[in-house]
Amino acid sequence: MNITEKILARASGKTSVAPGDVVFVNVDKVMVHDVSGPGVLAVFEKLRKKGMIIDKIWDPERVWVAEDHFVPAADKISAQNVVMLTNFTKQFGIKKHFKYGMGQYGICHTLSHEEAMVLPGEVYVGGDSHTNTTGALGAFAAGLGHTDVAYVLLNGKIWFKVPETLFFKLNGKLPDHVMAKDLILKIIGDIGTDGAAYKTMQFGGTGISEMSVESRLTLTNMTTEAGAKSGIVEPDQKTRDYLAARGATKYNEVHSDPDAQYEKIYEYEASEMEPIVAKPFSPENTVVARDLSSVEIDKAYIGSCTGAKLEDLEAAARILKGKTVKIRTEVLPAAMSIFRKAMDQGLLKIFMDAGVVVGPPTCGACCGAHMGVLAKDEICVSTTNRNFPGRMGHVESQTYLASPLVAAASAITGKITDPRDIR
Amino acid sequence: MKGSVIKYERDNIDTDVILPGPYLKIHDYAELATHAMEGLDKDFHKRVKPGDFIVAGKNFGCGSSREHAPIALSYSGIKAVLALSFARIFYRNAVDGAFLLPIEIDESAYRDISDSDSLEVDISKNEITNLTKNKVYKMKPFPDIIGKIVEAGGLFNYKP
Repeated sequence: MNITEKILARASGKTSVAPGDVVFVNVDKVMVHDVSGPGVLAVFEKLRKKGMIIDKIWDPERVWVAEDHFVPAADKISAQNVVMLTNFTKQFGIKKHFKYGMGQYGICHTLSHEEAMVLPGEVYVGGDSHTNTTGALGAFAAGLGHTDVAYVLLNGKIWFKVPETLFFKLNGKLPDHVMAKDLILKIIGDIGTDGAAYKTMQFGGTGISEMSVESRLTLTNMTTEAGAKSGIVEPDQKTRDYLAARGATKYNEVHSDPDAQYEKIYEYEASEMEPIVAKPFSPENTVVARDLSSVEIDKAYIGSCTGAKLEDLEAAARILKGKTVKIRTEVLPAAMSIFRKAMDQGLLKIFMDAGVVVGPPTCGACCGAHMGVLAKDEICVSTTNRNFPGRMGHVESQTYLASPLVAAASAITGKITDPRDIR
Repeated sequence: MKGSVIKYERDNIDTDVILPGPYLKIHDYAELATHAMEGLDKDFHKRVKPGDFIVAGKNFGCGSSREHAPIALSYSGIKAVLALSFARIFYRNAVDGAFLLPIEIDESAYRDISDSDSLEVDISKNEITNLTKNKVYKMKPFPDIIGKIVEAGGLFNYKP
């Protein structure tokens, strides 16, 4: 069995499983945020109206809560949703609630790894489609809706169809001007937004071994955009070091068997990779960045669970150091712990000297909700993960998805720019 | 189930157009319904009638895990979406929450069904009858567990 099959077999109490099997798995961790949390509470209300008594949840120790989509509170309704979330954690005794304005908080997927909320070998579900992100730590991580998360909170288990696994092998180390974001955009361009529908995307090979854990998280994050159920990387020494630095040393790693089966293996040569951009209105609409050098843009956005981890900010700062932005540019670190490290390393000064606005962690503008949405006809280059119509604001705005290097280079020129073309 | 068709001849209809991000803070299902399909079809809310079906291409409901998407369609009156294929979270949300039926159809049915056609959907026979064109199409049968959850009326009523 491969790593995903082995995790699902273990979690369902079976000696083996195969793709296509439907299993009820015991869940190790579950996450809700300020959109899915109130959504789950609405499901609880519906069940109560049908006579169900809900006065406790299965295991408050295994549940954690993030405030990310509508913080800082965008309006009265979103402020109320955060109050609902707080009441929810108090009522059910959930201790791990990362609150806006009280130390560490940030985008849920970023907290999942920054705070080592999820460990290798675990089954992790979250009320958000980019829950896949955390699979980079060697866990089975998949997004669910409100009804399913409510079911997990009450029963501690949920059904999954064991997915087929597509294996993406990267040979060699990516060049300095190419990031994991470019690789995953390239892959999505190749297989399409339903190219991995219902499947797992596993990443391996020498190029993945060379890659930092943060880069791997960029890959698994965007497996969602290929329709995947989950994305995964087998844990290695880098994973162990990353987790140990965050206080986590006890867990049961799972690795693929030597005779593990994969539905298909795709190979990529790192030396052939180039900066890639996905044009509006789909993440599969990819071209090399240099082909878009005439596209004039209004805004550069460096934020989100996909593109505002520490190394993403470091990459942007390398380009922006000593330069001035030509267009509206925002950097929003994905969690307070990253914000602090960016401050300690002097990155915030580089951004501010360049004229960039540095803002608090939030999903706000990435999903077009608040905190800097786009006007009609505005064009944005963004380190985020989706560029559907209206995703970042007006339905007639446009988003080009790119790496932090490309976004920063484009901020300087006002046009979509390959980082190699910045002197 | 009988109803008429609202057809969107396109693939990858994503949850950002089915129910745009700014409305995710809303949990009043009836209010969500007034914004259904807003990112693609501003007139949907005026046009849709209880019992209607949406017909669309492949990968319907891709993108976010927002259960608001099937909820908004369901509370608009949509009983089933007939598509070439569905994105996984939309599919599970529709079935596990018992909001609407995600029905997979083949290319020939997809091409044949026109906007405003009257359909009758019979999941016990896996059949779709086009009452306007007097034709019968096969739907892809629900996988075993899905059929059982549909029959039970959602995941909470299903006994594994």
